[in-house]
Amino acid sequence: MKRTATALTAAVLLAVSGCSNSDGGGSSSSADTPGVTDTEIVVGTHMPLTGPAAAGYSKIAPATKAYFDYVNANGGVHGRKITYKIMDDGYNPANTQQVVRQLVLQDKVFAILNGLGTPTHSGVLDFLKTNRVPDLFVASGSRSWNQPDKYPGTFGFNPDYTVEGKILATHVKTEHAGKKVCFLGQDDDFGRDSLAGIEKILGPVAAKQSYVTSNPNVGPQIGALKAAGCQVVMLATVPGFTALSIGTAAKIGFKPQFVVSNVGSDPTTLAKTLGAAAPLLEGVVAANYLPLVNDTANPWIQLYTKVNKEYNSGAEMDNNVVYGMSVAYLFVQSLQAAGKDLTRDGIIEAVKKGGFTGPGLVPTRYSATDHSGYGGEQLTTIEGGQAKWIGKPFRTDDGDGAVEVYEQAAVAPPANGIPAA
Amino acid sequence: MDRFLFLTFDGLSRGAVYAAFALALVLIWRATRIVNFAQGAMAVATAYVAYSVADATGSYWLGFIVALVAGLLIGAGVERVVMRFVDHSSPLNGVVVALGLVLIIQGVLGMIYGNEFRPAPAPFSRDAFNIGGVALLSRYDLFVFAAVGAVVVLLTLLFTRTPTGLRMRAAAFAPDVSRLLGVPVGGMLTLGWALAAAVGSLAGMLVIPTELGLHPTAMDIVFISAFTAAVLGGLDSPIGAVLGGLIVGLLLSYISGYLGATVAPMAVLALLVVVLLSRPDGLFSRSKARTA
Amino acid sequence: MTVVRDRVATRIASPPMRRRFSPLLVVMIGAAIVVALTYTLPPFRTYQLATVGAYLCVTAGLTVLTGLNGQLSLGHGALMATGAYTLALWQNKFNLLVVGIIVAILVTTAVGAVIGLAAARLRGPYLAGLTLAVAVVVPSITSTFDETFNSDQGLSVMLNPPPESMTNEQWQAWVCWGGALITVLALALLTRGRFGRDMRAVRDDETAARLAGISVARTQVAAFVVSAACAGLAGALFAVIAQSVSPGAFPLTLSLFLLMAIVIGGLGRLTGALIGAVLLVALPAVAHEIGEAAGSQRLEGNLALTFFGVVLVVVMLAAPGGLASLRPFKKKGHR
Repeated sequence: MKRTATALTAAVLLAVSGCSNSDGGGSSSSADTPGVTDTEIVVGTHMPLTGPAAAGYSKIAPATKAYFDYVNANGGVHGRKITYKIMDDGYNPANTQQVVRQLVLQDKVFAILNGLGTPTHSGVLDFLKTNRVPDLFVASGSRSWNQPDKYPGTFGFNPDYTVEGKILATHVKTEHAGKKVCFLGQDDDFGRDSLAGIEKILGPVAAKQSYVTSNPNVGPQIGALKAAGCQVVMLATVPGFTALSIGTAAKIGFKPQFVVSNVGSDPTTLAKTLGAAAPLLEGVVAANYLPLVNDTANPWIQLYTKVNKEYNSGAEMDNNVVYGMSVAYLFVQSLQAAGKDLTRDGIIEAVKKGGFTGPGLVPTRYSATDHSGYGGEQLTTIEGGQAKWIGKPFRTDDGDGAVEVYEQAAVAPPANGIPAA
Repeated sequence: MDRFLFLTFDGLSRGAVYAAFALALVLIWRATRIVNFAQGAMAVATAYVAYSVADATGSYWLGFIVALVAGLLIGAGVERVVMRFVDHSSPLNGVVVALGLVLIIQGVLGMIYGNEFRPAPAPFSRDAFNIGGVALLSRYDLFVFAAVGAVVVLLTLLFTRTPTGLRMRAAAFAPDVSRLLGVPVGGMLTLGWALAAAVGSLAGMLVIPTELGLHPTAMDIVFISAFTAAVLGGLDSPIGAVLGGLIVGLLLSYISGYLGATVAPMAVLALLVVVLLSRPDGLFSRSKARTA
Repeated sequence: MTVVRDRVATRIASPPMRRRFSPLLVVMIGAAIVVALTYTLPPFRTYQLATVGAYLCVTAGLTVLTGLNGQLSLGHGALMATGAYTLALWQNKFNLLVVGIIVAILVTTAVGAVIGLAAARLRGPYLAGLTLAVAVVVPSITSTFDETFNSDQGLSVMLNPPPESMTNEQWQAWVCWGGALITVLALALLTRGRFGRDMRAVRDDETAARLAGISVARTQVAAFVVSAACAGLAGALFAVIAQSVSPGAFPLTLSLFLLMAIVIGGLGRLTGALIGAVLLVALPAVAHEIGEAAGSQRLEGNLALTFFGVVLVVVMLAAPGGLASLRPFKKKGHR
């Protein structure tokens, strides 16, 4: 009897804890759209706030939230305030599973916005599709997000890693012709897509190595690249591992030209991680598609700095903050485009229509048949601890299309800093 | 050949850290028949304290000293408050309690400092000197060798040349007789734990700057390598621990260098299995085989 | 020779009391409760309920190993990973769930037998250390053989959609609890028979057990294999719930959490395993709520971690019988 009693107690406990937190979700105007009421839109995200990949990235979601707070303080979108629920997944795909379910099933979010990471977000695509949750502006450049037939509700944000690989490799091809080019990448779609792009331009690289975020020691990989006599090393790494790779290389007296993927190249983050070894960053080549944080004359940076000061408790500005706010800007644009009667299908249609102009140097690629994000990047180099533009923005695709210069100038933000309907 | 030399020195440098850490495990095992599974977490805790002090005062060396002192304190505290009350009828109990401490320490550290990796700068340059065109050793590696060497010498002197060392050994090997002879056995145990934890802290301070940084779980893998080293040398043998540490360090360095870093944990497991199954009392242990 | 008795200071409910209720009856009542819950709980709670079921499989097996046989394993997280990856690879090739789960159990059993053979020769801290090394080897294997296991990113698991009449979460809860209840029933029947007696005899006094004609090594290996099979099932179920597997789902802390779960409920008790499984799901959720209420990201995971640690230490020092021993009219264990 007691045995059964214990079992019953346990069951009741669970049931009670269940009742305390159940909730019907949205109602009224946009009738049965979860996470939407007349006054509120609840959106969620998963981000590494802790763990080996958190360096730099942990600043993105607070910046996004800060921009939403700015919009909310100015009346919100169609009278609705945006609530942004940020969940930490530690860049661990297993945690992502857990927190995204919590956001969708328990918190009943309207959409998942800017979920970060290739390995992490890949695992929740099916779940989000089954539950018909819009999966907007994934913070990664994997090509997986661009599968309109398979995942109609998923859209990327970053230029995909193959596009980026092609652009970076074009630079290497012209500026470092004849040098021995090698590659170190994350052991997942990030690294693979990036390498695919590089090899489309350069042909097979001389040596390639990979790392996993769960093993914070790249000594052997860097040692192998040194042994192979590499002169240019292209990195598809998250910031912590970019810093680790550059630091480790210096330690063993290996000084190649580093060419780094955008996602692992924010100078502020890298300098912080490298500490006293920060001067090693001089001359590192990377790329970007959003305004650079140190370009204080840029109207977008001025807007973001103002928002950051007022709504992000003046967190140190870096390219992650710029990124977070640009995501928020694009999301507000999408909400405006989706109109007052907000539904999940409505916002997906609005994004598919595309045509958003904003902080990006090149336009987004969104259309009915293309769900990838920005279509190109401009190269940067680090000088005096800060990124500086080189040349002009490039545009290309993830196939065999040519890498071409994009000539149009970027647009300025609206006067009040909030996209109009 | 260059690469082989580099890997050898790199392996010895890491091996020295494993040796110190294994030594800490052996000290406690000899005294209490407990393998201190919380050793890694304790060392990380003192490293956090050290870097807090170093950040506040700007002096790495002050932080370094604070780490060692904190090690002494946390070791004594764990023995006095927790380990003393463990029911020794089963060796499981000590293990479970130590694992509980691991969770507590990691949880508390996470609450205070957050779970992000915090940069842990090294006190010396880690750029290797070029000797004949080959990058072999950095200043930091030399510092590691010197620190671990000093610990080994000091502990040897303590145990073989001082009355306190004699009492500690007596308390460990014949507690009842020692008590009759007036040795404060309880005090000696506390002292043993304190010393071991301080040695563990030293190992932590030496290894953390060579990795991604300070993190509550920074020592998990180091613990397993050091445990392997201690078992390899025989849990009863301090000399075995040092040699075991160097062997494990070299092996891991060669394997990471020639086969890839991801293979290393598998190599540790394989080594552990082979040693445990063929010579469970370790390569260098002189005591008879034991099952617990 | 020193005989070390790997006796865990805990008591098993005395045989007369165990026989009063047929395990089959208990399991059927359990099934009824689960079904009722899946129709009353909101989806997220149903998902958590499914997770409890999956945890119960492994905690039940582990408590038999540690509580009844005195072997401590920190490697059960890795065994769960074995089951999970087997299922993922199977599903992506054949997409036959039931067969896949059975294959996952078989493969994990085989791996468990290998570890068990080594484990049977080891005691106390040596066994703990070896299994600890097993626990941390998972990410190393998945990245070394990344062509098969796809490194840290892991694999997605192909699954057919649930039957039309139920939601995905209900279906998951049914599958998991089906597995859990079968596990519990099997273990209850197994441990009350000769096998259970042998295990306890070996735990309490190996020499005496040997004198009584019990093969110590064989009993220990058998106990390890049984618990490994349970872990394999649990792993497969986790793969089903998450629709994906990755090494990050099976970290060292998972193995420590499992240990906490069986210690807090009382080693060797299946009811204890249930309490532990519920706490494994409930406590992190509560910690999350507290963390959110306090507005501190740092509290979240760490609060649960700390609490689990305190539980381990306090229970081992004060009440080695676990929570389930804190019942009225229950004699404290002999000493």
